[in-house]
Amino acid sequence: MEPQLEVKQQTELKRKTRLSKDRAMAVAFLAPSFILILIFIYGFIGWTGWVSVSNWNTLVPDFSFAGLKNYIYLFGDYRFQADLRNTVFFTILFIGLVIVLGLGLSILIDQKLKGESIFRNIFLFPMALSFVVTGVVWQWLLNPSTGYNKFLQFFNIQPKWYTDTKILAGFEWGQIEFGLPVAIFAVVIAAVWQMTGFSLAMYLAGLRGIPEELREAARIDGASEFQIYRKVILPILMPITVSVVIIMAHISLKIFDLIYAMTGSGANFVTDVPGVYMFETTFRGNYYANGAAIAIIMLLLVAVFIVPYLISSRRGDQ
Amino acid sequence: MAQLRFSTIAKYFILVVLAIFFLTPVYVMLVTSLKPLDEVSLNTMWSLPTSLDFSSYTHAFQELAPNFMNSIYLVVPATLLSAVLGAMNGYVLSKWRFKGSEVIFTVMLFGMFIPYQSILIPLIQFLSKVGLYNTIWGLIITHVVYGLPITTLMFRNFYANIPDSMIESAQIDGANFLGVFRHIMLPLSISGFVVVAIWQFTNIWNEFLFAVTITNSDNHPIMVALQNLSGSQIVQWNVQMAGALLAALPTLLVYIILGKFFVRGLLAGSVKG
Repeated sequence: MEPQLEVKQQTELKRKTRLSKDRAMAVAFLAPSFILILIFIYGFIGWTGWVSVSNWNTLVPDFSFAGLKNYIYLFGDYRFQADLRNTVFFTILFIGLVIVLGLGLSILIDQKLKGESIFRNIFLFPMALSFVVTGVVWQWLLNPSTGYNKFLQFFNIQPKWYTDTKILAGFEWGQIEFGLPVAIFAVVIAAVWQMTGFSLAMYLAGLRGIPEELREAARIDGASEFQIYRKVILPILMPITVSVVIIMAHISLKIFDLIYAMTGSGANFVTDVPGVYMFETTFRGNYYANGAAIAIIMLLLVAVFIVPYLISSRRGDQ
Repeated sequence: MAQLRFSTIAKYFILVVLAIFFLTPVYVMLVTSLKPLDEVSLNTMWSLPTSLDFSSYTHAFQELAPNFMNSIYLVVPATLLSAVLGAMNGYVLSKWRFKGSEVIFTVMLFGMFIPYQSILIPLIQFLSKVGLYNTIWGLIITHVVYGLPITTLMFRNFYANIPDSMIESAQIDGANFLGVFRHIMLPLSISGFVVVAIWQFTNIWNEFLFAVTITNSDNHPIMVALQNLSGSQIVQWNVQMAGALLAALPTLLVYIILGKFFVRGLLAGSVKG
């Protein structure tokens, strides 16, 4: 009896030392990436925060403390106020259209029509392109003297697209006229063209996951097709809508390349956004502290959306 | 029955109209890039070329070829490295959870969403300090580090679908941490690697902000060169269109050939997976 017990104890001991060795290996696997992220994301954000309250607004770094001077300057600045206005309207229009188009198209494609995979691929391929390519092409398509305006001639409408400086329903607000800048529509169209595929794919995956019995049951209860979508399907798709809104919101708040390639700031900054301002003031104007302050404001705006989303979706995960 | 047919026609009508709208940029790109120079005018933008002329492609290719190669040198190592690191992290975070590993994962995930403007100034200072500013390797490291959150997320969700019982039985057979990874996880990861690699390839190829701030002219990746081409006043717009098409070609081809995996990556990026 005794030797056998000893063997058992020994294997148990072996297993335990092996497990703790394995645990140590697991930590060693993860550690390099985690340390890199701590430094390159959190450390660098902290460093940017420090630059944003410094006096570094020339080529020569100057880390003396400036307090909130750069932030106060920005919030009183014509260009930055225009950026905030443009971001608000761009975000609302962009998200709204991406949701409506993506949902509508996914419902149409989910009807088991012939050629659905062709349609799906046509609506999805812009996702594989760069914002720069999109910007270069749409700059020509929405050029007021060519592109779509050649067709619109027949209807006697000639929108000025991104060259329009009109502000709809505008009123004085700070330095700027607050209202909907017409030129923003041009950029929204290009961005929607590129990103609709994302919401389409998300909704389509959601629709495919809804069991047919559910629709059957609603039909037996006498619901019309429209009612089934409104009362049964849309509520089920709600978490997907939340995900799409959050992901599109963070893309919209940090957008840079599309606008930089397509229109730039525009006359009177009608298509300017914080991402473009940050880039130009930092890397073309050497106003590092101002650029850092813009970046921190952008980060805070994104965090307002992302942090609650991350926390709640991680909680649901566990 | 007649009503049903009408609704089907209506559905097709909407789909076809929108499909045409979605394809117009491609049409204009193709048509314009194939026109000879004397046919390129704002008035004839929509009309087909009277004869096929590839000179804008040769011109665009001459302008963009070095930058195209820069992008290749950037995208291949960056994709491979970030995929391997993502697999390692995903393995630990799905199969070797420890106290605090979930918090670590959430802390990592946040990095996926930050505007990169908020780390750009320190990053450039750092890269200059270590002598990697204006080098392809500087860009590679950048893309590997900032790609870690998404590749980790994708592999973690992918590995979560591999049953724990497989790992337990391998452990009973004496496999340790590395053994399980090499002999169980990696052989099952091929489609995971394809999804992650396509995603990283597409993103890094298309990326602009890091590319334009970390490198200067000779080391610019393709998207920066394309932007410069379109910003220059002397370059004809048929050349710009040909350039846009050339720059888009690799990711478009990947999408056409491996679209299914691309869409899977797209869906995996929405945190829950």
